[in-house]
Amino acid sequence: MFDIVGKRYWFYLISAIVVVPGLISLVLFGLHFSIDFTGGSILELQFEESGVVQPAELRALYGEYGFSDTMVQSSQGSIFLIRSKTLDSETKNTIQGEIEERFGPFTELRFESVGPSVGGEVQRRAYLVVGMAAVAILIYISFAFRHVTKPVRYGACAIIAMVHDIFVVVGLASIFGVLYGWEVDALFLTALLTVIGFSVHDSIVVFDRIRENSRRYAGLPIEDVVNHSIIQTLDRSINTQLTVIFTLTALLLFGGVTIRHFVLTLLIGIISGTYSSIFNASPLLVEWERRPDLLIYALSFLVPPVGVAVGLFLWFRAREPSRPWARGCFVAAAIGAACIGGLLLLAMVMQS
Amino acid sequence: MISDKRRTLAMLGVIIILALSAAWVDLPSNPGLHIHLGPINIDREIELRRGLDLQGGLQVLLEADLPPDEAVEPGAMEATRIIIEQRVNGLGVSEPLIQLSGSRRVIVELPGIEDPERAIETFGETGLLEFIDAGRTFLPPGMVVTTTEEVGVTAPIVPTVTVTPTVGVELTPVATLTDTESITPTPAAVITPTLPSEPEEPTYETILTGRHLVGATMGFGDLGLLEIRFQLNDEGAALFSEFTRTHVGQLMCIVLDKEVISCATINEPIPGGAVRITREGGFPPEEAESIVIRLQYGALPIPLRVETNRTVGPTLGEDSLQKSLLAGVIGLSTVVLFMLLYYRLPGFLANVALIIYATVVLALFKLIPVVLTLPGIAGFILSVGMAVDANILIFERMKEELRAGKGLRLAVEQGFSRAWPSIRDSNFATLITCAILFWFGSYFGASVVKGFALTLGIGVVISMFTAIIVTRTFLRLIIDLDVVKHHRWFGV
Repeated sequence: MFDIVGKRYWFYLISAIVVVPGLISLVLFGLHFSIDFTGGSILELQFEESGVVQPAELRALYGEYGFSDTMVQSSQGSIFLIRSKTLDSETKNTIQGEIEERFGPFTELRFESVGPSVGGEVQRRAYLVVGMAAVAILIYISFAFRHVTKPVRYGACAIIAMVHDIFVVVGLASIFGVLYGWEVDALFLTALLTVIGFSVHDSIVVFDRIRENSRRYAGLPIEDVVNHSIIQTLDRSINTQLTVIFTLTALLLFGGVTIRHFVLTLLIGIISGTYSSIFNASPLLVEWERRPDLLIYALSFLVPPVGVAVGLFLWFRAREPSRPWARGCFVAAAIGAACIGGLLLLAMVMQS
Repeated sequence: MISDKRRTLAMLGVIIILALSAAWVDLPSNPGLHIHLGPINIDREIELRRGLDLQGGLQVLLEADLPPDEAVEPGAMEATRIIIEQRVNGLGVSEPLIQLSGSRRVIVELPGIEDPERAIETFGETGLLEFIDAGRTFLPPGMVVTTTEEVGVTAPIVPTVTVTPTVGVELTPVATLTDTESITPTPAAVITPTLPSEPEEPTYETILTGRHLVGATMGFGDLGLLEIRFQLNDEGAALFSEFTRTHVGQLMCIVLDKEVISCATINEPIPGGAVRITREGGFPPEEAESIVIRLQYGALPIPLRVETNRTVGPTLGEDSLQKSLLAGVIGLSTVVLFMLLYYRLPGFLANVALIIYATVVLALFKLIPVVLTLPGIAGFILSVGMAVDANILIFERMKEELRAGKGLRLAVEQGFSRAWPSIRDSNFATLITCAILFWFGSYFGASVVKGFALTLGIGVVISMFTAIIVTRTFLRLIIDLDVVKHHRWFGV
């Protein structure tokens, strides 16, 4: 029988290896927001003959009309995707006429234009949406597990797994943004929320089994109960995962280009969701029982102000083993603050 | 036991009927719903609506072009929407969508439009309200006319008027235009609708335009009959006074964007610019309101500017559709094959359930109707994964119960009852995010986001239904029929 719970620190390490680079990239480079969030225009053209124009020439042409930071991508030699500041229809017509005159006839495949004010509003609304989803899920989990003893633990562990999946997806979006120029658009947000839903979905399936087994095997140590539950649901997890992977991979390989990023984000997020529910969320339940101090340290490291607050609380709550834990919190918070501060500093240096 | 068996069979019948009717709805050549039974009259075309990214088209978000701190009257935005809708209908686009978004924006979606630039010009411009000299011709509401548009220019072509013998009053919805000072309602001039006898279209002279109009209301006249009142500005009053003085007994029509709204006979000269339109027997309230709205808002009450614009060419749309269909077929076949190989008999039953699932969902898409977009297809395909997941949860449970030495019948029942809380709780989380996404997508006209949330949400709900009702009935039936003896059939 696999001993997943016993090897849990290895699985935490794997998570860290995936999440940390993404987070670093996120702090250093941020996300490339698409015109959905920033405003701007995308014009996709297909020239009748390929090779008539180079991206640089199109960029220069836009420059003549005062659109300085325009980006042009080409595919198959004849299709060009031009991203610029918001074009009104008059300017668009003028520019298109000019393009046709200089480089030859083309068909307009797609034109999208979003005014800057709408973009900003959508961006604010997007943060609100992610926040709302997290809160709604939190409420729902505490409701679903209200009959279990210690429901907060289940809820918190499911939330940690969810945050893990958000970090994986957002971090990868940031890395791909740097490497391949991926943009974060409304569809990315959709994928992110779907991943959140699925992550909780997976956690609930495993937790449901733990909930049942902890009643049935009340005498056994929690490691065994959790491990047994994971093994019991493993077949289901893998098989469900496979069906989702089959369908999404088919969509990725044969589906339209326009949703390729969307599908890949979904695929990665859903795999991460299953992974985190099996290898993070469930072992964390054990951790909470056995070494709660480690969880507090981890929290202190990630969010130093909270760590300091918790540390102070423990220090003055004169109950053993408060003092050593409080000390640990302060140390972890200090290291966390140093890491985060260093990263932010690096980001500032890189920007200037 | 017997009653149990009967119930299972009854359920099977329900499922078969449901699947067959869903399949009928899904038929590409579905003739639509046409039911005429006494008072029931249902006429509905049933077809799969494709979003802009799948068939090409135009989506624009129009925003009130006013300073941000200036409040917009809610009624004015609604009137704007109605006017845009009327203009869009003139474009001949099938299935246009015009809806308000927030207090300052209107979303217009025109699938399959050929010339997006011209379309935006047509419905986005502020619009033209005219009062035209119709001579003695009654112009039926809805008729499209040519006008001079410039006030004070005599029309080059004077329409030939064919006067036909009087038919009854009830056939002539002609309003009378009366002076505000007149005490008794003047009898309506009775003129019947006529068709111009010459083939070429006449051009009518424009007497006034919307800019001469100060306000319009409806009210009750001296006899308690509903009438329409409007006030002209000084320039309009002067023009109108002069015109009515020379055209007593003739017709004047209100025209919006070249479409006749209503015609009235001039009973006597009207000085002063305060005008009342009466009708024998009074106006029906709905008609009066509609005319007043158009008098008030004939021109768009609020200037609009294009805030976002998304245009997808038809080739890109068609290409995307073909590709996603192919991807869907490949993905689904893989899943079907996998289920069959791994779960044997239950896998086969689950596949049948899955096919019923897909049929029902597709039928719902057509009936609601859901506008299908690329992410919407992705949502649907993803929801297939959920449907399979529910089945897998149940089968794994069943296998456990079988391994624990339970009998087949007990294993099936316990597999279902034990797996259900997991299925319910876990799917609910997805439904929550779907609801939030739907709200977000509706907010700024992101039909792609909305489409995804809707298809995934519908899929999840139906998947619970098929897993619990359809698969369960199938399994019970197999056990009742007593054809399966070995656990091996269940992959144990």
